[in-house]
Formats: sequence, C-alpha cells, structure tokens
Amino acid sequence: MKDGVESLLSRIKTALGNDPRREPAERNYRDLMPPAGGSGEDRIELFAKNVTALSGAFMSFGSLDEAVERLKKMAIDMKWKKVACHGQGNAFKAAQSLGLEVLNTDGGYAKLDLENCDAGITECDALVAQTGSVLVTARNAGGRGLSVLPPHHVVLAESSQLVSDLSEAFEVLENKYGSNYSSSMSFITGPSRTADIEQQLVLGAHGPKKLTILMF
Amino acid sequence: MTRNAVEFRKSSEKSSLDGKQQGLLAKAVGIYLGKRDSGRKRFRDWEGARRQAEAIKTEALENLDMYLSRFIEKVKERGGTVFCAEDESSARDYIANLAVERGVKSVVKSKSMTTEEIHLNGALENKGIKVLETDLGEFIVQLLGQTPYHIVFPAVHLSKGEVSDLFHEKLGSEKTDDIEGLTMIAREHLRKEYCKADMGISGANFAVAETGMISITENEGNARLTMGLPKIHVAVVGIEKILPRMADLALFLQVLPTMGTGHWMSCYNTLVGGPRAKDEIDGPEEFHVVLLDNGRSKLLADKESREALRCIRCGGCLNVCPVYQTVGGHSYGTVYPGPIGAVLTPLLRGLKQWGHLSYASSLCEACTEICPVRIGLHKRLLSNRRNYADKYGPLAEKLGFKVFAFVSRRPLLWRMAGALASAGQFLYPLVGWFPGNPVKGWTKGRTLPHITWKSFRNMWADRGGKSI
Repeated sequence: MKDGVESLLSRIKTALGNDPRREPAERNYRDLMPPAGGSGEDRIELFAKNVTALSGAFMSFGSLDEAVERLKKMAIDMKWKKVACHGQGNAFKAAQSLGLEVLNTDGGYAKLDLENCDAGITECDALVAQTGSVLVTARNAGGRGLSVLPPHHVVLAESSQLVSDLSEAFEVLENKYGSNYSSSMSFITGPSRTADIEQQLVLGAHGPKKLTILMF
Repeated sequence: MTRNAVEFRKSSEKSSLDGKQQGLLAKAVGIYLGKRDSGRKRFRDWEGARRQAEAIKTEALENLDMYLSRFIEKVKERGGTVFCAEDESSARDYIANLAVERGVKSVVKSKSMTTEEIHLNGALENKGIKVLETDLGEFIVQLLGQTPYHIVFPAVHLSKGEVSDLFHEKLGSEKTDDIEGLTMIAREHLRKEYCKADMGISGANFAVAETGMISITENEGNARLTMGLPKIHVAVVGIEKILPRMADLALFLQVLPTMGTGHWMSCYNTLVGGPRAKDEIDGPEEFHVVLLDNGRSKLLADKESREALRCIRCGGCLNVCPVYQTVGGHSYGTVYPGPIGAVLTPLLRGLKQWGHLSYASSLCEACTEICPVRIGLHKRLLSNRRNYADKYGPLAEKLGFKVFAFVSRRPLLWRMAGALASAGQFLYPLVGWFPGNPVKGWTKGRTLPHITWKSFRNMWADRGGKSI
C-alpha cells in the first residue's frame, strides 16, 4: 500500500499556494502563564499546594534515608504485600528495604503481575512547581506500565529536580536527552481521575488511585 | 431542504423540549464554568496566552507542508510507520487491514474524535474484531450504542441511574447510585481488557514536528494504558494537529485543559514517539501514525475560513452556546456538534449537505469570545451562510431580498410599501396558512408584531420637523 505522503504534501502545497510564508511566531508567553515557582522555599511551597489541591500527597525530607523510613511506614499502614520498582538506583533500593516481595520491571514483567502489585515505586525526570506535575520517561521510570498499572504510584525525587515551570521542564528534557528521547514521556498531575458521570470527581478511573511524591 | 436539514430540525425540536437532558447538561456546564473561570484567573495574562496560541497555530498551518514533512521524517527515524489518508475510507481500510494482517482479535481505544470521524469501530467490527472504548464516558455511550454527546464530556446527557441500569444489563453488575462505585465497575471490567488487547488505538491532541511525537491529554490513564500495553499502537491524527516545537506544549498543555475541563493541567499529558526503544522495558513493537486529511487540505486552501483548522477541540464553545444547550449534542447528526461543529462540518463535509448547521446559531458571539485559539467562530458561521445562500439558497428567498433591496433604495416606493403593510397587516391571518407563505416558519411560534399606523416619518412631519 502506498503511504500517501507525497500526495498529501502536494495537496497542502497547492492549498497554500505561493503566498509568503509566515515567519515563526514570537514565543514570549512564559510571563503570561500561571505563576511559576520562584526559587527555594517558594518553589517547594507552590509545588506542594498544587499537588495537594489535586488530592496527591507530597512530602519533603532531609535525606533519602528519611524518605525511605516514611515509605516503610506507608507499607505497613496500607498493608502492602508486593511492590514494583525499576533499575538499580534509589527506587530499587527503597523497594528492597521494605522486606516485601519486589517486582523489578527491568527484567520484564507479566502485565497481570504488575497490576497485582500494591504500589509502583519510580524515580522521575523532573517535578514542576507551576503545575504540580511529575515528569517521568519510560527510560527513567521503569517503562510505560510501572507508573500507571499499580493502584498507588510512589515517586522518589531529588530536590534538585524541582523546576519552576513547564518551559523549564522541556529544557531539562532537551538538555538531558538531546535528540534521543525516550519513546514515552508523561507529565503526571495528580492521581487518575474522572468526572464523566454527572461531573462528580472520582479518583482512580483507570490509572493509580493514589499518587505520593517523596522528595529529598 | 436536504434530508439532513429536515432531520436536524425534527430532532432539535424534540430535544429542545427534553427538560431532563437539558437539566443534566446545565448542571454539568454550571460546574464547568466555575472551574473554567478560576482556571483562567491563574494565568497572569489569559488574553495574551490566547494570542500566543493563535499565533503558533497559525504559523503551523501556514507552513504545514514543511512541518508535516518534518514530523513524518522524525516519526520514521524513530521507528514508526506513517500512513497519510486522503479520506475516511482509506484511513479505515489501512487500520482494518493492519489489524487483520497482524491477527488482532481485540482492540482497546482511548477517546478520539478523529476515529469517530472515520467511523472506525464499525469497520473493525465487520472484520470480526472486538473494539472497546476505554474512556469512561465513551465506554458508557458505546455500551448504549450511541455516539458521544459532547466532544469532551461524551456521556453528559446521562444520569447515574441510567448508567447503573446500563451496567446492570450489559455487565451484570449490582445496581447502585454511588458514582464512585459505578466508576470502579468500569475500571475492573476494562483493566482485564487492556492486558488482553492486541492493538491500542488513540488520537492525538498535538503532533510535534520538531521531535516526531504525538501528545495526548487525558485524566483517566486509559490512554497511557492503551498506548503502553498492547503490542501495536495506532494513532489517528488530523493533519491540523501539528505544533512546530516541543516546547510549545508548555503553553498548549495549560491552555487546553483550562478551556476543556477547567483544570489547570489534565492528569496525564503523554508524549509518544515511536515503538518501544531498544533500551526500554516495555511498550508496543509497532507504532503507526495515520495522518488524516479528509477535507482539511481543501479547507486550508480557503484563506477566509482556514482559521477553523486552528481548533484544538477543547469543547469550550459548546459549553457557552445557547443553541447547543437547547438542542443538545445528538441533534446535529455530526461528529463535532456546537459552534465549532456548525462551522467545520459544512467546510469539511460539504456545504450542500451540512450548510443548514451554520444557521443553528443566535450569533451571540459567546463562542468567539472564549475560543482559546481565537477562531472568529461567528464570522465563519456568517461566511458559511453567505456561501450557502449564494449557492443553494431557495429562489423565493433570493427574489425576496432582491425586491427588498430594490424597494429600500427608493424612498417613495419604501413609503408606499410601508403604508401598504400597515394597512394590509390585518389580512395576514386570512392568508397566513397559505402553503407558500415565506414567513410561516417564523410566525409558527410567534405573533406577528403590529406594524404602526403612523410611521416615524409621519410623526416627524406632524411635529413640524423638516424632511430631507
């Protein structure tokens, strides 16, 4: 089957005719957008406000160890039996320290197994103060499934990863990956939600019912 | 009148008397408007952001050949396959053939108006493939055998009781009036299906030329599952979805939900470029982008109306349209209802068959006022009407306006006509029933206003005013 690319492009060329092409628009919207986090405490405060407004949980710690202690408490409180994680770094170490059954998606996984985990623990590429979002990539957060299949998504983030606004988050991506982007990158803003029946908000439509961000 | 026009009239008459549906819609829109307004206030300069969104979309459209070829090149570089479909049937055939060739038995779909536009579900079902909508609202209307009532809130016309009855009948669940419970029934049912499906089909909210990626905005997570779990991912993308640069999303990912649902950011905004990369754990083995023309390149050639291609399908204009609120989403008989549907449908699918929709507006301009990419919607409704009247307007109407123009340019004739009308108005009830009466449609629900005995000109003269 012909892919139709040439004929599409030629239809568009004909449609546009010989009119002078528009110069690239100026892009100076950054100052028009919702407030971005300033620096330091302001930024953390704005991020925390946005996350909690969307029923996510955010906690800031002095060290990774403190964050892991908190994670252990969560595991007990919520009676987790099995958790999923990725890689060999912080998410893996934190999962290991819980003393529970651990599924590391790095070795591949069966979909139903991952779905049966009580929590998915991932790292991230950035946190965005302006929107309260977590930026994850398939490459850096254990694939496409880990942060969406288990009912509770726990993010371990370093405080240096908190950026002020979405524009800065895209700069982070460009600088980090150049042209070799991960095949899937998501801005996650709060736990999964829907209001499709009579506009009533329900959390956990298809994705995680809970989102917890532990920053150290 | 075409059959579509007759259908539209019948069905809007019926819906405009449906208080239940209007009540549900009004309640939903009320909640939405509150959120939307506080969402807009978060922006330091919402109007400025709209102008930027307009400028960037215009830049993309006026250089569409360049940006599309860059997009296509990048998708291929990343291991994806691109198919450009000139019309809906070639898009349908491509996807159906692909599914058959790969032995696909079941498909999960995330919400996409473009796939509604090409009537994809039926084509797949004809090949014996099971197709499941996964967005909660879409899932509900699919179970009912209906089409979406609204482009952002597909099931806004249904009450929780109706949803509960539907789930009870089709899924065998216990009846409940708890909305969270209903949502969980759908969640449990669909979770298994994602894991079983061989193909995931999505649309796209944006297509980034710079990096060859599509961007999907959603709240439920069903699109991420649709794009993440099955071994083939097909995205059906209108050619007008192009954005030049990835960083442009910093603007659009906030503008779209503010108008779409009133949230400052939707729950998941996912950029997908290509199948699973070599160093990645999971993801589909194949990624196909179907770029859909289906009338869009023809509209692009129409300089006056091409601005309609800027539309980002936020649905904001539906929510402020008094006509949509009254006649509802199904009356239009089209994939895209409301003001944008009344503008786009005649432009994409033909003025002759769909031109009547451009009359379904009070021209109050509420749509133009809120459009986040500043489409002059009411102006497009007017230009559609002008073109429709020129080409397909009834002869009697054309003649009527010719006579009116002739008379109104001649003061003496005008005065005589006025006197004749005021003297003759009492005869109207006697002739009003006459089948050829041109104002019958108007007087059916209204009383003909009384024409004064004494014109302004006469009163002016009586008081000694000078006549010019």
